[in-house]
Amino acid sequence: MSEVLVGWGGRTPSVSTVRVPRSEEDVARELSTGEAMIARGLGRSYGDAAQLSGGVVLANRGLSHIGPIVDGVVTVGAGVSLDELLAIALPQGWFVPVTPGTRQVTIGGAVAADVHGKNHHLDGSFANYVRSMRLITPEATLLVSPHEEPELFWATMGAMGLTGVVTSVELNLSRVETNQMIVDTDRFDDLASVMNEMRLRDVNYQYSVAWVDCMSAGKTMGRSILTRARHASANDVKHPRLDPPGPARLSIPVRAPSFVLNAWSVRVFNELWYRRTPRHEEGSIVPLGTFFHPLDGVRDWNLLYGRRGFVQYQFCVPEENADAISEVIELLARSKVASFLAVLKRFGPGNRAPLSFPLAGWTLALDLPVGSAKLPDLLDELDRIVITANGRVYLAKDSRLRPEYVSLMYPRLEEFLRVKSRVDPHGQLTSDLARRLQLVGG
Amino acid sequence: MENAFGQPQNVVVLGGSSDIARAITKRLCAARTRTVILAGRNATLLGEAADEAQEYGAARVGTVLFDAEEPQHAAATVREAFEKMGDHVDLVVIAVGLLGAQSSDEDAADAVARLITINFTWPAAALAEIRRRLVTQGSGRILVISSIAAVRTRRSAYLYASAKAGLDRMCVGLAQSLEATGVTMQILRPGVVRTKMSRGLAEPPFTTSANEVAENVMRALATDNVVIWSPPILRYVAFLIRHLPTALWRRVADRE
Repeated sequence: MSEVLVGWGGRTPSVSTVRVPRSEEDVARELSTGEAMIARGLGRSYGDAAQLSGGVVLANRGLSHIGPIVDGVVTVGAGVSLDELLAIALPQGWFVPVTPGTRQVTIGGAVAADVHGKNHHLDGSFANYVRSMRLITPEATLLVSPHEEPELFWATMGAMGLTGVVTSVELNLSRVETNQMIVDTDRFDDLASVMNEMRLRDVNYQYSVAWVDCMSAGKTMGRSILTRARHASANDVKHPRLDPPGPARLSIPVRAPSFVLNAWSVRVFNELWYRRTPRHEEGSIVPLGTFFHPLDGVRDWNLLYGRRGFVQYQFCVPEENADAISEVIELLARSKVASFLAVLKRFGPGNRAPLSFPLAGWTLALDLPVGSAKLPDLLDELDRIVITANGRVYLAKDSRLRPEYVSLMYPRLEEFLRVKSRVDPHGQLTSDLARRLQLVGG
Repeated sequence: MENAFGQPQNVVVLGGSSDIARAITKRLCAARTRTVILAGRNATLLGEAADEAQEYGAARVGTVLFDAEEPQHAAATVREAFEKMGDHVDLVVIAVGLLGAQSSDEDAADAVARLITINFTWPAAALAEIRRRLVTQGSGRILVISSIAAVRTRRSAYLYASAKAGLDRMCVGLAQSLEATGVTMQILRPGVVRTKMSRGLAEPPFTTSANEVAENVMRALATDNVVIWSPPILRYVAFLIRHLPTALWRRVADRE
């Protein structure tokens, strides 16, 4: 069926033929047609990673099998969402060891983006918990793991679906005793103090993330709210429970007019958010969903940005160039473009995957409504700061990077391209993103 | 592919040597455009425009010659331009137009037919072929240069204005027909722009340069608005123009 597809940012629509394979054989049959294609999960990539103008999109939602959990290991279909997996795993005392800011991503999508969570500084990214996976390439159906076809396994992590279609994943889960989190919250008046605190004491917390106000300039530039947490044990709470998080209680029913989110209204929102937070609060007990996935409480929140949509800009820089973070925030504050509370986080070491995003250091993620005339050039300027700092932007969030910058940000791009040309010599697996960034010929 | 701000990588410009088209092409190349196919009538002028595009960052520029007096060949010209691109076409700009000389043209049947052909019939025929190709592609953008003259005809330029009005109305309908196709249609309605086409004309208020028009276009690519006014204030001026009583309109529009 022909369908207009967009990313979560709501920009660059394109029409693809959407098919829904229900099995590995279905996927292999689709690939054997030789048509250009890409897999798609729940469409939470912000840009054009999971669409293919004029081509075929394989919706992975039909690959929905969830196996039994044996000693914390589960085999799940690529189309299963983290939400669906948690609904089954949590009551048995198992948790997904890496979860991004939303549960509404599929397992296949989590592999494609090699997602990270608030525990990256200690636990690394999603790939670290994948024991093996089934991968259908244009020429073969393979089991890949860190031991079997390791080169292809790692080339697939974070490669936005360009090495093949993942059909199922054997995943390590982690033990939890309750569905609650114990959260400490601190408020900081400027960027230097929050980053200092994170350097010193993040290691004491399994989860840590800071919200930064990127519109505040001068002495309060980079003022932040730091929340850090650990899973509550059965002893920490009176009535230990393991119910999974519920569905969204709120929903944005219609696209808001694009002028609703402007530099002024966002500034007011940031101010209120900052002020309602106490300076220091310790040991609050909070449901797991509230801590990990605050935006999942509002369905279709992206519609708030209106018809014009928005872009997300997420980058990381190594620890030794942490100054780039303040350089970027200062530039944003000075340029007065609207940007919602940005997310600042410390990364632990990266992994072996050539296109995996995280590297040991810092990451900052910004939500920016499209419309300001200076935004395109401003983001190009940020790219140059990031490249100078030996950092990179996150492809799962990207919708505007210059193609010539990809190899500067991902110096091991060549390694990926070698594997790509081996397993997909005709460049059959491609996407609007791959074409835009010239990752695939044709 | 175009990026989240509507900035294209592969661009086809029909009427590529016009001043407005050149200003737009320069800005596009300074942003993300790497391949440009320029189509026009005059090989020398096209060559100049091609050099300029390269100077501003285009990696590859191709040219196609055509005559806008031959609408029966419009589809072939579009095909040739798409084939020279040999890749996904992100944006097609239609900047084909001729101001004509109202006073000497208005009693000459051939001159009138020629003016309507160049300003309306050829672009309309080309649009049919462009629409078909972009819809098949599954994405893309069309930018048609109309004019504020399309809003209301006036005595001193009714031939040009009526041709532009025809094209403009067609594009409004075309934009509606493109919903849910992944293709975006935008209509640029500039006021008087200082170009070789308008040389010698009086400069009414809100006259701009081609570079200002290009700036307005760059911004509008990100908003997807169907109608782009340049300068933006013309949106309100046009509202007045539309609603002035005829007697008053004629006194304002045709004072010389």
